[in-house]
Amino acid sequence: MDIIESLEILFPGPLTTVQDLGRYGFGRYGVPPSGALDSFSLRVANLLAGNPESEAGLEITLMGLKVRVLTDLVVALCGGDLQPCLNEKPFDMWCSQIARKGDTLSLKAPRTGCRAYLAVGGGISLMPVLASKSTNLASRFGGYEGRALRKGDILVSGAPDRHLQRAGKIFEPESRPSYTGDWVLRVLPGPQDQDFPEETKKIFYNASFKASSLSDRTGIRLSGPTLHRKEDLGDSIISEGIAPGAIQVPGDAQPIILLVETVTGGYRKIATVISADLPLLGQVKPGDRVRFQEVLMKQAMMAFQESENHIIMLKKNSG
Amino acid sequence: MLYDQPIFRIMGDRALLVELGDQISPSINEKVRELFLKLDHRPLEGVVELVPSYRSLMVVYDPLRTGLDRLREEILNLHQATDPSLVPEPKTLAVPVVYGGECGPDLEWVANFHKISPEQVISLHTGTTYRVYMIGFTPGYPYLGELPEALATPRRETPRTVVPQGSVAIAQRQTGIYPVQSPGGWHILGWTPIKLFDANQWPPTPLEMGDLVKFFPIQKEEINRWTSSKV
Repeated sequence: MDIIESLEILFPGPLTTVQDLGRYGFGRYGVPPSGALDSFSLRVANLLAGNPESEAGLEITLMGLKVRVLTDLVVALCGGDLQPCLNEKPFDMWCSQIARKGDTLSLKAPRTGCRAYLAVGGGISLMPVLASKSTNLASRFGGYEGRALRKGDILVSGAPDRHLQRAGKIFEPESRPSYTGDWVLRVLPGPQDQDFPEETKKIFYNASFKASSLSDRTGIRLSGPTLHRKEDLGDSIISEGIAPGAIQVPGDAQPIILLVETVTGGYRKIATVISADLPLLGQVKPGDRVRFQEVLMKQAMMAFQESENHIIMLKKNSG
Repeated sequence: MLYDQPIFRIMGDRALLVELGDQISPSINEKVRELFLKLDHRPLEGVVELVPSYRSLMVVYDPLRTGLDRLREEILNLHQATDPSLVPEPKTLAVPVVYGGECGPDLEWVANFHKISPEQVISLHTGTTYRVYMIGFTPGYPYLGELPEALATPRRETPRTVVPQGSVAIAQRQTGIYPVQSPGGWHILGWTPIKLFDANQWPPTPLEMGDLVKFFPIQKEEINRWTSSKV
């Protein structure tokens, strides 16, 4: 297969990384999954561009990315609306389009959401490290030399010309998630909800929290009313495994929604975000409001099936 | 205490904690290891990740391929089945350490804190065989216990923003080795040339949960003997 230079980074913005759907199976070695925070948007972008849904793409945070197209490509951009332009003209999201050699694609600032995902027909050719192309920034491996993309970096793709006929696919507007900035995240209580008194649970499920500017790919830090644990308990627990979406409450009693760069920890988790809403965590930006809604396992499963159905439909339609 | 029956704690709709006891102890940790090895040996449909820790095993699954009730039943069955052939003897890794000086900037402080000599600190630290209770915090970071009571030291009041890769440190009744440069609040006694994490090697770390670690002192001039050799 011909590996061809496809994109050159002209400006990286505050944080642009290569991510796929993450690395699983290495948690026993302390290796976190990494991967696209909004996996739903990356999967849709890949399918629109004619790639397998698990292919790597670019995760673009907040603003500022500018890339030059180095060969005729089919591209798809999904996720947060960062006001993309192709050669200064507005560029539609949630569909696949052709970008010609010499074009520039640029993103400004978020109108909605926090992160956009760019897929290129033919993918991003990189050697997987521990079975994934995702970038682990803290330990500096995977992705593009284990780091965020910089000006001058050049990405390569596998036979992008063979994907050009994929242009023109659309992800139906009614299937697209809405990013309000005033989030209601559905959660299941646990694993340590029993360590919090009823008053705290009442506060947790009724209050509105604000996403802090200290949030990153490790976690969304929230500020709001304090979430006290039961009085006779210390501030930490015996360290244990952590899954993405777990909401931990450390000593300062302010919750943190853990994301994909942590695999163990020693604080209590009052509740955990359900699978259907995990991709939304990638679209929460500093300053947004967050509330939590308790659901039952059955409802969580139905919600997940419903969101997966949108992907199944897209796969059928793009055959 | 080891529970009579495991406690299952749900962590959302795609992860489950199987908790086997309520404290840090080698026997509870060994039970976690047994369950981990059984599940690793006979992978259950839909399970994508196993993370063993002090007293629990995290099982991450794909909810489209399996479900909570089914998993609980399958895990309980495996937990009750005894199959010692699946539980090999743990490895022992000898870890060379350059103690004190710039390699171990807190050695003197720890000695003064306990009103003993730096040599006594080294002798206490190297005199114990430690168990790898879990690997976490950063890739390859082994949580090792237990440090002798005579060396139990509270964490530093101000954590360092940068702890160099290879630092061997202690806090409370634990000791650990920093596989990558990271922030840290433990007291640094020394430095090891052994590489504890390399994403491009298989396995990425020489240690597994349940393995044993024994430190031994080396001189700074000797480190070349260790940097090139594989563990």
